[in-house]
Amino acid sequence: MTATVDNTGTPAAPPVETVTLTIDEVEVTVPKGTLIIRAAEQVGIQIPRFCDHPLLEPAGACRQCLVEVAMPDREGNVRPMPKPQASCTMTVTPGMVVKTQRTSPVADKAQQGVMELLLMNHPLDCPVCDKGGECPLQNQAMTNGRADSRFEDVKRTFPKPIAVSTEILLDRERCVLCQRCTRFSEEIAGDAFIALQERGAHQQIGRFDETVLDFAPPPSGPAETTAGVAAASTTGQPFSSYFSGNTVQICPVGALTGAAYRFRSRPFDLVSTPGVSEHDSCGSAIRVDHRRGVVLRRLSGEDPAVNEEWITDKDRFAFTWQAAPDRLTTPLVRDRRYDEDGNVVARGELRPASWVEAFELAAEGLAAARAAGGVGVLPGGRLTVEDAFAWSRFARTVLGTDDVDQRARVGSAEETAFLGHAVAGTGVGVTFGDVEAAPAVLLAGLEAEEEAGVTYLRLRKGVRKHGQRVWSVAPFASRGLARLDGTLLPAAPGTEAEWLGILATRADGGLVPADADAAALGAVADALAAPGALILVGERLASSPGAFAVALRLAAATGARVAWIPRRAGERGGVEAGLLPGLLPGGRPLTDPAARAEVAAAWGVDADALPTAPGRDAAEILDALSVGQLGGALVGGVELADLPDPAHARRALAGAGFVVSLEVRRSEVTDLADVVLPVAPPVERAGSYWNWEGRVRAFGQALDSAALPDHRVLDALADRAGVDLGAATPLDAHRAIAALPAWAGARLRAPEGEAVEPPEVPPGSAVLASWHLLLDDGALQDGEQFLAGTAKRPVARMSAATAAAVDVYDGDRVTVSTDRGSVTVPVAVTEMVDHVVWLPLASRGCRVHDALGAAAGDLVRIAPAAEPAGTTDGQGGAA
Amino acid sequence: MTDLLPVLTDTWDAERSWKLAAYEAAGGYAGLRKALASEPGDLVQTVKDSGLRGRGGAGFPTGMKWGFLPPPDGGPRYLVVNADESEPGTCKDIPLMMASPQHLVEGIAITSYAIGCHHAFVYVRGEVLHVYRRLLAAVQEAYDAGYLGKDVLGSGFDLDVTVHAGAGAYICGEETALLDSLEGKRGQPRLKPPFPAVAGLYARPTVVNNVESIASVPGIVARGADWFSGMGTEKSQGHGLFSLSGHVTRPGQYEAPLGITLRELLDLAGGMRAGHELKFWTPGGSSTPLFTADHLDTPLDYESVGAAGSMLGTRALQLFDDTTCVVRAVSRWTDFYAHESCGKCTPCREGTYWLKQVLHRIEEGRGEERDIDLLLDLCDNILGRAFCALGDGATSPVTSSIQLFRDEYQAHIDGHGCPFDPRASALFPYTPKQTPALAGAGGH
Repeated sequence: MTATVDNTGTPAAPPVETVTLTIDEVEVTVPKGTLIIRAAEQVGIQIPRFCDHPLLEPAGACRQCLVEVAMPDREGNVRPMPKPQASCTMTVTPGMVVKTQRTSPVADKAQQGVMELLLMNHPLDCPVCDKGGECPLQNQAMTNGRADSRFEDVKRTFPKPIAVSTEILLDRERCVLCQRCTRFSEEIAGDAFIALQERGAHQQIGRFDETVLDFAPPPSGPAETTAGVAAASTTGQPFSSYFSGNTVQICPVGALTGAAYRFRSRPFDLVSTPGVSEHDSCGSAIRVDHRRGVVLRRLSGEDPAVNEEWITDKDRFAFTWQAAPDRLTTPLVRDRRYDEDGNVVARGELRPASWVEAFELAAEGLAAARAAGGVGVLPGGRLTVEDAFAWSRFARTVLGTDDVDQRARVGSAEETAFLGHAVAGTGVGVTFGDVEAAPAVLLAGLEAEEEAGVTYLRLRKGVRKHGQRVWSVAPFASRGLARLDGTLLPAAPGTEAEWLGILATRADGGLVPADADAAALGAVADALAAPGALILVGERLASSPGAFAVALRLAAATGARVAWIPRRAGERGGVEAGLLPGLLPGGRPLTDPAARAEVAAAWGVDADALPTAPGRDAAEILDALSVGQLGGALVGGVELADLPDPAHARRALAGAGFVVSLEVRRSEVTDLADVVLPVAPPVERAGSYWNWEGRVRAFGQALDSAALPDHRVLDALADRAGVDLGAATPLDAHRAIAALPAWAGARLRAPEGEAVEPPEVPPGSAVLASWHLLLDDGALQDGEQFLAGTAKRPVARMSAATAAAVDVYDGDRVTVSTDRGSVTVPVAVTEMVDHVVWLPLASRGCRVHDALGAAAGDLVRIAPAAEPAGTTDGQGGAA
Repeated sequence: MTDLLPVLTDTWDAERSWKLAAYEAAGGYAGLRKALASEPGDLVQTVKDSGLRGRGGAGFPTGMKWGFLPPPDGGPRYLVVNADESEPGTCKDIPLMMASPQHLVEGIAITSYAIGCHHAFVYVRGEVLHVYRRLLAAVQEAYDAGYLGKDVLGSGFDLDVTVHAGAGAYICGEETALLDSLEGKRGQPRLKPPFPAVAGLYARPTVVNNVESIASVPGIVARGADWFSGMGTEKSQGHGLFSLSGHVTRPGQYEAPLGITLRELLDLAGGMRAGHELKFWTPGGSSTPLFTADHLDTPLDYESVGAAGSMLGTRALQLFDDTTCVVRAVSRWTDFYAHESCGKCTPCREGTYWLKQVLHRIEEGRGEERDIDLLLDLCDNILGRAFCALGDGATSPVTSSIQLFRDEYQAHIDGHGCPFDPRASALFPYTPKQTPALAGAGGH
């Protein structure tokens, strides 16, 4: 499983040009272009700094890092520069002689002087400041400052704090105006929601705030929130950045604080555990800080290869779900009454039970269900790799079934074939580094900012630093794409394959349709043919017939590499583990006898014991349950509302003969289950995710807990059935995974498919486009109201023509409906493909699957909202 | 006695001197006609040969600055005229643009031709609305007469001129802050390198010159480099405007060759205020260290003023007589720097805020024994530590006044108050404001 072969075939990098200089009498050789402050770090000399940050452009604003510099002149005589220089802005030159505060009284005095000036207007409220104890200002004041201040005059004060959003608070008097936050917002995130304002000692960070700027308020009263941007914060101002929490972390003082953590803890009381974010497939390194068994905050970890030092606000702030009041703490069982023939006549209430009883009932029930047609397995997409392998093995050995599908979303057989052919068992393929360095990237069915935030930041870095060009096949150019300077290849949902196909044809030198813009097509095709070019595909393509197949054809035609970037943290690991019908671990086709033999040997079972025919996928499992073809179901972390047809899923599980649920919290599934086995959330267990790169992202257990991870529960359950799952401990689970060698045999056949003709759109209807927003109504964001306040307001997007055709206009409320139900939200007229309406997939008041029973690509009706505007703001829902 | 040869001020007393007709009547635009018949490179060489140095204060050779532009690459190059004159005491560009704006416009046309610029900008201080309007009218007149626009004077050379009004910030006189402001951003100095010659306005090669420098170009081109370099001293050549203000009988603009002395200028200006003696003065605006009567005979050229411990700066001679409290004067200048600090870097932002409070305390009689040394040390912590030269400038009046008048500071501390009557130094009837005891200190 640690197949980290670099199959990129990158040629060896040219030798790095270096520069040799002297710092504090120590000679150091560093790459050309290195800043003095970085070169000093190489020899262990720390120069104090505030505005400097290795991932931000130099600013030279705080002047804390002043050093003495001498340089050789043309004759080679080393001449000192007349003034101390900011080491964070000056690059090294050959023969340079640098004296830091350690060897230069001038530099030392300069630094002490600047420190005194910084502290002069600082409140020195360290005892009540969140940053106290981990504060660069506090620490460096101790190491590089004067023992006391000579300032006895009046300090500048500000009313405190300003809420720049519901999530981020600003105490202006603590700010040292280093501009890290504004530079991050502008350079890294591209969300310049805060800026410097005023000047001199009154200079401050802020967003546009009439009371601070002393502007007259607009005559119409508070500004209307623009549709489609974030919900209004408590201040009535819109705010939108998915990365704002990073500003809190890089603030070198306590000026920016998170609302949830403010005044909650002292850093020295916290116990820190490195972790990996469970919120997306990027595998971002995080740090989990807890005190007495309660997680108080999460920070970004440092991993240059993956997330650098940035995480999304969801990674940072959405952790309360793991300790929500509806956590399951004991197993639950449901008593049943049977008639003489053994048929269930009544299902009782769930009641707490001992593990022994619950295991016994579950094992019996599953065995009976297996006998009564089989058990469908829906593990969900958030499993660790250890869990995923245990689920896969449990399904194939204990339950003897291949009816297993991790996808709690729209999936397709074409996607299964794509994953088995091009993803499973391929090890580390495209990396974050490749994403940054790629000269050209084509996004297909992937809204990177919403679905893989850290990946989005890498794309932005590529665009900013390396001139990367980005194209996106999507119905409209999102704000995220605009910040990538990206180009939209407009496609109605379901027709993505058309673009990919034309591009592939163009790259192969074939004839493109006469109505296509040949020059534009050529530009994309040529760019994708450049070495290092990438095609990034998202899970949304599963709803677009032919898209995966044609994406592979495009890759073959251009030489660009393909990476699949799903949303959920467990999906790539699940693909490796074989949590898809027809796919055994490591990319082995189930139908391949050699593959079955290898797996059986590793699992210590008879090869004949494994299923031989590909099983049902999620939709088929639910169908089979609802008609009684399957006897029962084993369900993991699945929210029924996430499934393409939640009502059908509810009926299927309610009518199922026997349902076992492994869950962290009470859910719709646990309410329908016969046995509920509580499992541990990520913070209470160790494990590892495979991120979309294929990189192993292991994390440790942060909190002491009696809760069991899935693999231990399944191991114990298997034990009842007399099967050894080899997953009793994390180490065992690891070893069981490693026991399988890399698969060298044939892979699943590449998916076949072509673009299909888009459906006729009758008047009053439109094709539904939809995807998840980063911040929405997801169960993993429960309990975090400050974060929820920064989520985007749900809107329906449609082109002016589409809107006008049904007589709605920008800002009007529109009702999107199917025979199943309707959603009513404001309209945001957007430059986009005609006859398409976009809705956020699972935002509050806009649960598309649940309310409409429809998915992207389906036809929906659109009409002006019946009720007067503003009565049920954002509260549309199932009719 | 130095001969005065009015050049830029020659027509200031003409009827409607600001009109194009008055300028043309005095031989205006001969320089442009001559320039358009020359090679651009020769023009740059002429200005180099003339010895013209930047009149905005730093005194950098103008021709050399033009020569720093990289070779043309087909993209745009810009000339930006810094007309954001806002240093306390400095008042030469604004009268020049009021009285004879065509000097500047012709200079812009010649300079643009010389450096290959087709779009020049004038960044005018926003508060001087009357100057902004006059300049707009002058540019329009020049367009109408064919000196600007498409195919200037039939030469095939195109030039557009945009006059831009700033929003009133001292920092925007700093050339890179000016460029940011002109681009529509917050006016704060940029990190250098890259220098404006390489990546200036809109990241294109840009020359930023002071109004008076550009206005001097037509004369140099029309009359020759030798004519210009014949004036002044060996290293400070040519003419310059000397702005006399304060306790002087006839304040105003005096155009003279560089190297003239204050004694000569005072003779021209009718001497100090009747019955009073010169106490101290600034040679080049408030950011230049103070001089006293000992420096009456110092030649006002870059080298001599520098050797005497100050800077020629913008030749803004603010004269203060014996009725003036130096602490009061310096504290008012420091108020200015505290108000105008852009806030980007710590030493200037926080340092001026602190200096201001200490100076006010001393002036109001609440100074402490250690305050004088504190002021000196604070200045030491600002000078050479700030991001741009404005922080350095803020320390000059403080440091130099303490060097020259430490006893007076001490007297404020020992006597718990100011020994001067502010009314005596006023040029008009004036009732001093009672400063409330630092209430809301730090407020501007």
